[in-house]
Amino acid sequence: MADPFSLWRGFLARPNDDKFKIFGIATLVALVCAVAVSVTSVLLRPYQEAHVEAERQAQMERMLDTLPGLRGLMQEAGVDSLTTRLVDLETGAFVTDKEPGEFDARAAATDPEQSVAIPSEMDVANLRTRARLAPVHFLERDGTLQLVVLPISGSGYQSTIHAMLALEADLTTIAALSIIEQAETPGLGNRIEDPNWLALWPGKQIADDTGKIVISVVRGQATGPYEVDGITGATRTTNGISAMLRYWLGDHGFGPFLTRLRQEGL
Amino acid sequence: MASLLRTLTGPIIANNPVTLQILGVCSALAVTTSLVTALTMSVALTVVLCLSSGIISLIRKHIPPVIRLIVQIIIIASLVIVIDGLLRAFAFEISRQLSIFVGLIVTNCLVLGRAEAFAMRNLPLPSILDGLGNGLGYSAVLIIVGTIRELLGAGTLLGVTILTPASEGGWFEPLNLMQLAPSAFFIIGFLIWSIRARWSDQIEPPKYALKTRRDAR
Repeated sequence: MADPFSLWRGFLARPNDDKFKIFGIATLVALVCAVAVSVTSVLLRPYQEAHVEAERQAQMERMLDTLPGLRGLMQEAGVDSLTTRLVDLETGAFVTDKEPGEFDARAAATDPEQSVAIPSEMDVANLRTRARLAPVHFLERDGTLQLVVLPISGSGYQSTIHAMLALEADLTTIAALSIIEQAETPGLGNRIEDPNWLALWPGKQIADDTGKIVISVVRGQATGPYEVDGITGATRTTNGISAMLRYWLGDHGFGPFLTRLRQEGL
Repeated sequence: MASLLRTLTGPIIANNPVTLQILGVCSALAVTTSLVTALTMSVALTVVLCLSSGIISLIRKHIPPVIRLIVQIIIIASLVIVIDGLLRAFAFEISRQLSIFVGLIVTNCLVLGRAEAFAMRNLPLPSILDGLGNGLGYSAVLIIVGTIRELLGAGTLLGVTILTPASEGGWFEPLNLMQLAPSAFFIIGFLIWSIRARWSDQIEPPKYALKTRRDAR
């Protein structure tokens, strides 16, 4: 019985066109690389997640800053941040037995126990599954709703776009749209993060008088309160944004919640 | 020692990977809209190139020729994933700007080209120097192209306004073409032209001469 060291030497001494050596080297290289990649990604994850979380917070703050007078409203209401509550998307009711802070919406969207499959004919945003619950942010004052912020997501051209949509108290006027995360084509699709483009959204209406969701990004110039100018060279990305608004504001998204909110208030 | 130095300095102008070997052009188009991304990409690519050349050179005698490209790509891809992870952990802002381009280092023909052409046949130290030299040559081109494109396309350098655009009361009208990929082709073309005008030994002999009637006779 040879000791492992001389076995290793024997292995290296084999000719390079030997079948055993070819498989051995391929396995070894793959193994070493796999270990290196896994170890670094596990070690680095906490740092990366801290950045993503900080970015989400900063985006939220930035969105609050784009709403005129919101800071003043918040000061009057005596709050320095929005209230966050979890909503059951199917019934539109608030969930009380779970803390919003403990809920990881991203993980829940793909966890079979916490998500539902989206029927393919309704899946305009190409998400396949969505979480049963969603965190919703509010600004309320003396019990009346001033502003509601909904997290939305959907497929763009080459990445999943995550965004926040703020609606005014009438629940049809857009107060602001802000892109939280995207990896669209730099210089083309990623111009959806351009403040000038995002500034086109406030004041637009999500639904017409019959309550049908009609908001969309059009090619070229917008012609009414239900349309937003497209971005040249980013048609697929902006179509993705239209689709995600339509999905998340529709019956399978926040529709039941918004209906309940209109009828019953908070 | 002198030959080591030549390995290092050769690829910077005389054997520049972009202008002479015409490798890695696609990423040179993509990341040069601003100088910051060009610089970051340069550093990332140089690091990957040095490490991959070194590692591949270390195990070059035991890489079976039939699977050598796969082995090289696996090593390069793993290095890129690790570096992308490091960027996202410790240089988050820059990693957001570079987004997919760091991942594209894997397919950058420069890295595989140097592994195949140099590291497979040389000792680790010269291979690392060759990687460093080629990385620097690539960086030089990226920095030149990035400077021209950012200055003429947006009037800024490293985000600082140099030429005040007309929309803000200055005289400068930003050239939108400079922000699009074709402008990088033009600039690299002019760069190759001026380098070959200065160092005429870089001019390749024409492969197929046009036949005139006199030759045919």
